[in-house]
Amino acid sequence: MNRVAVGVAALVAVVLFGAGYVVWTINRPTATASSGGASGTGLRFVDQSDGRNRVDELAPDGTRTAGSLRCQRVYAAAGTTVCLRLAGLGPSYEVAVLGGSGEVLKTVGLPGVPSRARVSASGKIVSWTVFVVGDSYAVPGGFSTRTGYLDLRTGTVVESLEHYTAYIDGTPTKRDNFNFWGMTFADDDQTFYATLGSGTQTWLVKGDITRGEVRTLRANAECPSLSPDGKRVAYKKRAGTLGAWQLFVLDLESGEETPLPGSNGLDDQAAWLDGSTLAYAKVPQGQAPAIYASAADGSGEPRLLVSSASSPSPR
Amino acid sequence: MYVASSRPAKTEFRTRLPGTVFALGTVSLLTDISAEMVTAFLPVYLLFGLQMSYLQFGVLDGIYTGATAVLRLVGGYVADKANRHKTVALFGYGLSAVTKLAFPLVGASAFGIGGVLAADRAGKGVRTAPRDAMISLATPEDALGAAFGVHRTMDTIGALLGPLATFAVLAWMTTSPEPVFVISFCFALLGVIVLAFFVRQPPPSAPTRRVSLRRSAGLLRVTGVRRTTIAAGVLGLATMSDAFVFVVLQRVSGIGPTWLALMPVGTAAVFLLAATPLGKLADRFGRWAMFFAGHVVLLLAYVLLLGPVTGWLLVAVTLALHGLFYAATDGVLMAHGATLISPELRASGLSIIQTGQAMARLVSSIGFGFMLQYLGFGTAVALGVTVLAAALVAVYLLMRPAVKA
Repeated sequence: MNRVAVGVAALVAVVLFGAGYVVWTINRPTATASSGGASGTGLRFVDQSDGRNRVDELAPDGTRTAGSLRCQRVYAAAGTTVCLRLAGLGPSYEVAVLGGSGEVLKTVGLPGVPSRARVSASGKIVSWTVFVVGDSYAVPGGFSTRTGYLDLRTGTVVESLEHYTAYIDGTPTKRDNFNFWGMTFADDDQTFYATLGSGTQTWLVKGDITRGEVRTLRANAECPSLSPDGKRVAYKKRAGTLGAWQLFVLDLESGEETPLPGSNGLDDQAAWLDGSTLAYAKVPQGQAPAIYASAADGSGEPRLLVSSASSPSPR
Repeated sequence: MYVASSRPAKTEFRTRLPGTVFALGTVSLLTDISAEMVTAFLPVYLLFGLQMSYLQFGVLDGIYTGATAVLRLVGGYVADKANRHKTVALFGYGLSAVTKLAFPLVGASAFGIGGVLAADRAGKGVRTAPRDAMISLATPEDALGAAFGVHRTMDTIGALLGPLATFAVLAWMTTSPEPVFVISFCFALLGVIVLAFFVRQPPPSAPTRRVSLRRSAGLLRVTGVRRTTIAAGVLGLATMSDAFVFVVLQRVSGIGPTWLALMPVGTAAVFLLAATPLGKLADRFGRWAMFFAGHVVLLLAYVLLLGPVTGWLLVAVTLALHGLFYAATDGVLMAHGATLISPELRASGLSIIQTGQAMARLVSSIGFGFMLQYLGFGTAVALGVTVLAAALVAVYLLMRPAVKA
C-alpha cells in the first residue's frame, strides 16, 4: 500500500511539474530581437530567437521591424509572398501564398517538413520544396523531397515534379529514386533551374514547366538561385560525399565557377539581395542560425546581417 | 490434469489477464508518447533549429540502428542471468528518459545528436526483451496472445498520441526546441514511475540449472526456437519497409502526396484496433498459424500494389491489410516464442527471436533502397511479391513438421 501511495505521489508531482512548465513557457516574456547590420537593400527573414518564427524586416539602414506573419520559410517578390508554415494537427504544414496587402491567395497542404521556397521575379510563380521524412526507402533514416509550384496566372498547382522527363547528359533517364529540390525561375516564368538527386548523386538541372522536362547541366550542385540578370546561378556544392557545403556562383555563359570564401558549412538556397550580394543562413558553431551576406564575385569574407534568423529574402 | 483442459468455452480475458500486462501496457503507452514526440520533432529540429543536413544525420542513424540491435541480446541475457527483469527494464526506460534532456545540450553536432539517439536506441534495445519476458511470465499460457495483443494496443495508442502532442506544442505554444524535449521527458518519467511502483518482478522460477551464456546461446539448438528464429528472419528479409510501402501506395493510388504523412496513422489505427482480438484468436487457433496468416495478408497487400485497383479504395484496403499484418504478427510472435522457451531463459530467448527479425528487416530495407537505383517501383514491388511468396513456401515447409496444432 505504501508503495502505491509513493508511486501515486510521484506521478502527481511529475504531472504538476509538466503543467507548471507549460504555463510558464506560454507566459514567458519574449526576448527583444537584436537589430541587424546595414545591408544596402534591406531584407526579410524568419526570426529564430523566441520560437515564434515571426517574419521580420530589416531596412537598408539596419532598423528592424517586427512582422505579424509566422513562417518556417519565407520569400517575396513583386508583391507576392510565399510562406511555408505549420498548419495545426492535420497535414501538419502548408504553403500559403499571400498577395500585396497580405491577403491569402491560396493554401496548399504539404506532405513534409518545409525546406525551400521561391517566388519568380514577376511574382507569378511560387515554388517550394519539402522534406518527406520517414520516407526512408533508400537508407534507414534517409529522406526524400517533393518540389511543387503554383502558377498564379492559371491557378495550376503541381505538387511534385517526379513525372518530369529527365535528361542526364542528354540521355532520357527514368529512376524511381529521383528527387527534385530548390527550384528557381527565370524571367520568362517558364524556364527554371533546380537540383536533381538520385542516391548520393546530385545535378544542377535546367528545366521547362510547359514541356515538363529537365536537363542536367553539371554534377554536384544543389539549391540553385538565379541572379536578377539571369546570367549567373549561385548554388551550394559539397566537398566530398559528406563534406561541408560551400557557396559557388556559376557564370552560365562562360561556365566559370567562383567559390565564395568563408561560406563553408551553409545549408540554404541563397537569395540575391541585389545583382551583387547573396544572403544565406548558416549556423555558427554551437549557436542559433544567422544570416550572412557574401559578395557574388567572390571578393571578401561574409558579413553577419542578422543573428538568430533564417530564410533571407529580398524585401 | 483433465480439469485444467476443460475450461469454459467463453473466457472473459479482462478478468483473466494479470494486472502486470496492463501496467506494462501503461508504461509502453507513456514511453511511446515520449519517443514519438521526439521522432516527429527531429526533422524540424535538425532542419530549422540546427540547419543540419538530414542526409548527414540519416547516415549516422543507419549505423547506430544496426549497432544497437545487438544490445537486445545483452538486455535479455542479463535479465535472465540476474533474474531481475524489472531492474534491467528500468535501466533501459530510464536511459531513454534521460536522453530526452540531453538533446538541447549537445546542440548542432551531428555526432552529438547521433550519440544521444544511440543512447536512446540502446535503452530501447535493453528493455524490450525483459519487458516482453515479464508479460509472458505473468500470463497463463492460454492467454499469451491476448496479453501481448493488449500490450501492443496500448503501445500503439501512445505512438499515435506522440506526434499529436508535438504538433500541439509547435502550433499552440512555441517552435523553440526545449518545451518539446522537456514535455517528452515528463512522459518518459511517468512511464518509469509506473514501472517502478506498479509492476512487480515475476517470482523466480526456481531454475533447474543456472543461466549461462552457453545455455542462452544453446537455445538455438532447441528445435522450436531455432526454427522460429529462422522463419521470422526469412519472413523479415521478405518484408519491405513501411516507408517503401507508403511511397508506392501513394504513387499507385494516385492520391495527393500530402496524404503520405497520414498513411502511417491508418496502419497504426488498424493495428491497435485489431491487435487484441487477433491475439485472442491466436490463443484459440494457434499462434504460429496467426503469425503465418499475417504474412499471407501482407502478401495480399503487396499484390494489390501491382494491381489494377487505384484511388481511395486501394489506399483503404492496403492500409487495412498492412495494419492487420502488424496486429497478427508483432505481439503474436512473442506469444508464440514464449511457449517454446523455459521461464528462466525467457528474456534471452525472446531477444534472440526479436534480434533476428529486426536485423533481417534492416537488411531488407537497405536492399530495396539499393534496388531503386536500378529498378523502378513496379519491378521492385513485383520482386517483393515473389520473394515474400517464396519465403512463405519455405517457412511453411520448415515449420510443418514442428507445428502440428
